[in-house]
Amino acid sequence: MPATTATTVDETKAPYLLDFRGVGRRFGGTEALAPCDLTVRRGEMVSLIGPSGCGKSTLLRLSSRLDQPSSGEIDFRTDSVGYVFQDATLMPWRSVRRNVALLAELAGTSRAATTEAVDAALATVGLTDFADHLPRQLSGGMKMRASLARSLVLRPEVFLFDEPFGALDEITRGRLNLVLMDLFLEHRFAGLFVTHSVEEAVFLSTRVLVMSARPGRIVEEIEVPFAFPRSLDLRYTPAFAELAGRVAKALEAAS
Amino acid sequence: MTALEPTPAAPVLPDPGADAPPSAARPSRLRHLAAVLVPPLLVLAVVVVAWYVVSLVVLDEREAFLLPPPHELWTDAFADPEIRADILDALWVTTQTALIGLAISVAIGLVLAVAMARAKWVERSLYPYAVFLQCVPILAIVPLIGFWFGYEMFARVLVCVIISLFPLIINPLQGLLGADRGLHDLFTLSHASTWTRLVKLQLPAALPDIFVGLQIAAGLSVVGATVGDLFFGRGAIGLGLLIQRYSSRLQSAELLATVLVACLLGLVVFWFFGALGRQVVGRWSTAWGAS
Ligand SMILES: Nc1ncnc2c1ncn2[C@@H]1O[C@H](COP(=O)(O)OP(=O)(O)O)[C@@H](O)[C@H]1O
Ligand SMILES: [Mg+2]
Repeated sequence: MPATTATTVDETKAPYLLDFRGVGRRFGGTEALAPCDLTVRRGEMVSLIGPSGCGKSTLLRLSSRLDQPSSGEIDFRTDSVGYVFQDATLMPWRSVRRNVALLAELAGTSRAATTEAVDAALATVGLTDFADHLPRQLSGGMKMRASLARSLVLRPEVFLFDEPFGALDEITRGRLNLVLMDLFLEHRFAGLFVTHSVEEAVFLSTRVLVMSARPGRIVEEIEVPFAFPRSLDLRYTPAFAELAGRVAKALEAAS
Repeated sequence: MTALEPTPAAPVLPDPGADAPPSAARPSRLRHLAAVLVPPLLVLAVVVVAWYVVSLVVLDEREAFLLPPPHELWTDAFADPEIRADILDALWVTTQTALIGLAISVAIGLVLAVAMARAKWVERSLYPYAVFLQCVPILAIVPLIGFWFGYEMFARVLVCVIISLFPLIINPLQGLLGADRGLHDLFTLSHASTWTRLVKLQLPAALPDIFVGLQIAAGLSVVGATVGDLFFGRGAIGLGLLIQRYSSRLQSAELLATVLVACLLGLVVFWFFGALGRQVVGRWSTAWGAS
C-alpha cells in the first residue's frame, strides 16, 4: 500500500482493516466488554483510554484473535497483526538480535531476509549497538524498544499496543512516543493503542476512544486533528491542552 | 551415607547464586575465593578439633574404638593400599550405579514432565503418584525390590531411580509451565506448532529449573546407590556394602573413611551439576547467578 503523502490521514477513504459489529465479551458471569462497534482503518492510530478493568486488553485480544467474542462479529481484513504488551516479554536466554528475530523465525522467513529485516528494525529503534546484549543488560526503555522492533520485523498491518510505555519514566516515555510516531508515519499501519495517560493518547493518535468502567463500553470518541509529524512541544500548546482537557473530562465522567 | 530416614526430596531451590563465579564488579578473584573458602574451612577446623577432643580426651581406653582420631582415618584406611583399593573399587561401583540411575531418571522425568505440561489430564493422573514416589519410605521397599529383581545392577539402579525421580519431574514441570504468558501469546499469534512452542519457548524457559532438579536428584541418586547395596548385602561391593562390612567387624577407622568418601561423592555430584547449571544458564538466569 502506498503511503499517503498528506500529513493528515483521510480516514474516510482508507480501507478498514478491522470492523467490530456489536462485539461483546463475557467471562462466565462478568461482562468484560459490552457490545460495541468499532472500525479501524489503515493509517489510523486509535487510542483506547479508560479505567482499569474496563476491557481494554480484552478488546485488543479480540482484535488479534487471541480471544473470540461471545456476541457480535469481527470482520478482519488482514492476518498481519503485531502485538506489543506492557512487559517487553523478551526471552532472557536470547540476545537482543535473536529476540527481535523471533517472529520472523516463527513465520518461516528465510535467514537472509530475517537478518536484513532485523538489522533494519534494530536501527529504527536505535538498538544496533546493543544487538548482542542479553535483555537483562538493558534498561526498561531499551527492552521496550527491542519489543517494538520484534513486532516491527513482520511489518504488521494492524499494530496493537497494550500500555507499552506504562512502566517507563516520563522522559523515556516521551522518547519512545517519538519512535512510535516515526514507525507509524513510515509504515502506515492501523494502530490500536491502550494507555492510561491522557497526554500520550492525544499526542499519538488520530482518534481517542474513551471507555467506561465495567462493563466496558465506548462512551466517547474524540478526533485529534493535529498534523503529523508532531513534535513533543505540541504538548505545551493551548490547542493540545484544550483537547486533552476534553479527554480527561470524558474519562472522569466514565470512571 | 547419612540418610537413614525418608529422604526430604522437596524441590527446594539450593542457592546456586551463593557461590556463583565473581562478576566484574567484585574486587578480585582471589579475595572472592578466600571469602568462599575461609568460613567453611574454619568450621572444618572446629569440627576436627572437637573430634580430637572426643576421641582422645572424652573417651577412655575401652571406648576409644568408637571414634578413632581423624589422623587414623589416614593411617589405618586411606594409607593402607588394600583398604584404599577396596574403598576405590566400591566408590566406582556406587558412582556407576548412581550415574546410570540418574540418567534414567532424567529421561523418565523429562518425558513425564513434558507430557504433564502438555495435557492437564496427564498431570492430574500422574501427579498423585509422583508425590507418592516422593513419600515412599525407601528403606521399606528396598528389600522388596531385591526380592523381586535380585541384587545386581538392575535392582540397585531401580532404587536410585525411585529415590531421584521426583525432583526431576516436579522441577522441570514447574519450569515448563512457567514460561511467560506474553511469549505464549506471541507463539499463538504466529500459529506455532506445539513442538515449536516446546523447543523454542518451554524447554529453554525450563532449563534453570531442570538444572535445579538435576542437582537435587544427583545427590539423591548417590544416596539411593549407597542405601541399595547396603541393604541388598549381596552382589558387587559398593560403598554401602563396604560400610556394612566394616561396621560388623568394628573397623571404625575404615568405616569412618568409607562414610567420608560416600559423603564426598554426594558433594562432588552436587557441585558438578551446580557448576554445569551455572555454565549453561548462569549467563541469563537470575536463579543461577546472573545479576
Ligand atoms: N481470561 C479471563 N477470564 C476471566 N475474566 C477475565 C479474563 N480476562 C479479563 N477478564 C476480566 O475482564 C475485565 C476486563 O479486563 P481487561 O480487558 O484486562 O481490562 P483492562 O485491560 O481495561 O484493565 C476484568 O474485570 C477482568 O477481570
Ligand atoms: Mg489491561
